Amino acid sequence: MSVLERVKAIVGKQIGRDPASLDDNSDLAEAGYESLDVIETVFAIEEEFGIDIPFNANVGDSVQLRTVGDIVTVVEDALAKRQSR
Amino acid sequence: MKRVAITGLGAITPVGKTAPESWRAVAAGESGIGPIDIERGDLVTCPIAAQVKDYDPADHFPARQLAMLDRVSQFAVITAREALAHSGIDRDDPALRQAPTIIGVGVGGMQTLDDNFARLYGEGKPRVHPFSIPKLMTNAPASQITMDLGLRGMALAVASACASGAHALGLAFKMVRSGEAKIAVAGGAEACITAGTMVGWEALRVLSADTCRPFSRNRSGLVIGEGAATLILEEWDHARARGATILAELTGFGANADAADLTSPNAESTMEAMRAALADARLSPADIDYVNAHGTGTAMNDEVESAVIRAVFDGAPLPLVSSVKAVLGHSLGAAGALEAVMTVKALQEQLVPPTANCTDPDPALGLDFVAEGARRTPVRHALSNSFAFGGLNAVLAFSAAGSPD
Repeated sequence: MSVLERVKAIVGKQIGRDPASLDDNSDLAEAGYESLDVIETVFAIEEEFGIDIPFNANVGDSVQLRTVGDIVTVVEDALAKRQSR
Repeated sequence: MKRVAITGLGAITPVGKTAPESWRAVAAGESGIGPIDIERGDLVTCPIAAQVKDYDPADHFPARQLAMLDRVSQFAVITAREALAHSGIDRDDPALRQAPTIIGVGVGGMQTLDDNFARLYGEGKPRVHPFSIPKLMTNAPASQITMDLGLRGMALAVASACASGAHALGLAFKMVRSGEAKIAVAGGAEACITAGTMVGWEALRVLSADTCRPFSRNRSGLVIGEGAATLILEEWDHARARGATILAELTGFGANADAADLTSPNAESTMEAMRAALADARLSPADIDYVNAHGTGTAMNDEVESAVIRAVFDGAPLPLVSSVKAVLGHSLGAAGALEAVMTVKALQEQLVPPTANCTDPDPALGLDFVAEGARRTPVRHALSNSFAFGGLNAVLAFSAAGSPD
């Protein structure tokens, strides 16, 4: 399964939506994300892919997670970093 | 309705082992935040905390007593002893024997819990120390104070996360004001800088990796702290009759619940809590010269708390606002009590403590955060804000001891 499909499955489960209704451009807030959904998703993604995501809501230049595609980019970056080590 | 005097202060913090030492550092803006140093620290990514340093419990407790005291209870007892000594109340005063003891605690004896879990699940050892349960229970700090000082009134813990200390003081205030108690011992304690707790905080993604900068554009999140504070609340006439020095008057308490989000503050109800404290104290916004902010250093708190203060003081002169968490860290269940101590000192000394580390005050927040250093100015009345996870708000109103009746 592609990174996008695995991310869609996690996001869909978080808000009780069919993953098939989501794509790269799906906006998390518009899809129904509330304050705690983002950090729960970060945790689920870290567990799923075995990576660390440098997300801190208090730091302006930390990773921005606005859309499903943003999450996919962060995951692919982290996986690439892991392989290059 | 009785008037409620504050006649004793005790504190142990990352910047001092007593209330005067801690106040000196708070007023000077000297931060107690530093590299984290704990057991099993390799599990923790966050590099910093505000820990009580150079602390040897054997300086305060004989071995037999120490065996029963988690770090959180040690802190509580040390500050209660200091506060009682400071008040000058006679140890044989019958009002002291009947005094209630109400101590706010966020999570309880976490050092004991963390050590025990490491033994059981990490080291595979089959048993833990027999005092483990009475050490880690959340009422242990309150209970240990009663045993150490011989206090026989109602005693219990108050748990409301980051507002616990303020709620404890608010409840004790009501008991003294109603005439139910002539003296009350109240405060808050926390000592949860353990690997397990820190990993839990990291998962919430709110911790700063460098330092705490409340209300500053370069904010980066909150820093976990530890410590305790105890205050002696006393019926005004009882204090006057024994010739006590009255440090300040506790005049109001406003508390409520957001009934909304688990971790995000709600502007409307925090505003109502501040207004309730003012109404309880029969004060209007124009009477308030200083607000000791909750001021955790997160983007969310900066924005919401500032907006709430501006709204409450709409039409009145804006008060000075500062957060002492850049110095003390966020000591969770102890924070409300520690900040009450600092608010009392501000009224007593007529000196507003600064927001340390606020190197780039955020102009969008529209308030004077006393960023440049402590400010000497008349402080007639002050509010101290505490807002907790779970949407629990507690606001205390204090008045200078010399304020007109």
